[in-house]
Amino acid sequence: MNTVYLYALVGVGLFCLGLYALIVHAHLLRKILAINVMGSGIFLALVALANRTENLPPDPVPHAMVITGIVVAISATALSLTLMLKVAGETGRAELPDEGKE
Amino acid sequence: MGRHRWLLLPLFVALSVGLSYAVLSLPEHPESLQKMVVDKIEVSGVSNPVTAVLLNFRGYDTLLEMVVLLLALLGVWSLGSTAVRRETTPGPVLDTLARLLVPVLILVAAYLLWVGAHAPGGAFQAGSVLGATGVLLLLAGWRLRADLTTLPLRLVLVAGPGAFVAMAVATLLIQGQLLEYPPAQAGILILILETGATLSIGATLTVLFLGKRPQDKESE
Repeated sequence: MNTVYLYALVGVGLFCLGLYALIVHAHLLRKILAINVMGSGIFLALVALANRTENLPPDPVPHAMVITGIVVAISATALSLTLMLKVAGETGRAELPDEGKE
Repeated sequence: MGRHRWLLLPLFVALSVGLSYAVLSLPEHPESLQKMVVDKIEVSGVSNPVTAVLLNFRGYDTLLEMVVLLLALLGVWSLGSTAVRRETTPGPVLDTLARLLVPVLILVAAYLLWVGAHAPGGAFQAGSVLGATGVLLLLAGWRLRADLTTLPLRLVLVAGPGAFVAMAVATLLIQGQLLEYPPAQAGILILILETGATLSIGATLTVLFLGKRPQDKESE
């Protein structure tokens, strides 16, 4: 048990927190932020676990995945924010219609 | 939803415990690709293993990722102008800060691009710094000249994916394998690809921040 697993468990915690917020909140901006928190948790876990073998340099393959993942996450966030602005512009509120509430 | 929110609690406790168990039960000495990377680093043309994986061993991942960036940008453009953003005139502090920082940031991006061959750095880091530079410029009220927003901007946006596709075709025809560089020239080929990718990533992130096509008029 070393710090690597501490970081990985913090990543797991971030993922679960983000998933909870994604389900609970209706506002689209909160949902987008929640997905980003989930992604950050996954990145943290991947980077930490790449270094779990002692006396060896970190495994570069997960690091490369995280680097590409960060840039993809940024562009996906930009696209979803634009979609959210579009929804807010059309309906006046940044939430998806809830069929059950009608 | 509100009344049943407590039902989520046991579900999330179970999920956290399950994921934590999965993380903790991973073998300490995994059969990873690490050994293969270390063995082949000599012929990759670079000495930084992360760059070797990104641009050489898994080059097609990076090729497709550049396409994902481009697709995100096309998605944003196809939504038309959603901007309800009010233009503000930047204060003297922001204006001066941008003037001081932009040359330094461009220099940092170039350094990161160059150093990526043998130390942490590379196209994505450099591209992100360039993107941040562009965002700072946009916040400071700078706009691209109108005649540059059509063809020249688009050429920069596709420089990265275009360089990758051209390289993929060339290596397929000459080497017989997709993105398999001859070891002697691998270093310079990777640097060319990374330069294109850096420019494209920086430009794409900047234009994504703008949230609309640069030539669109502000919607009132």
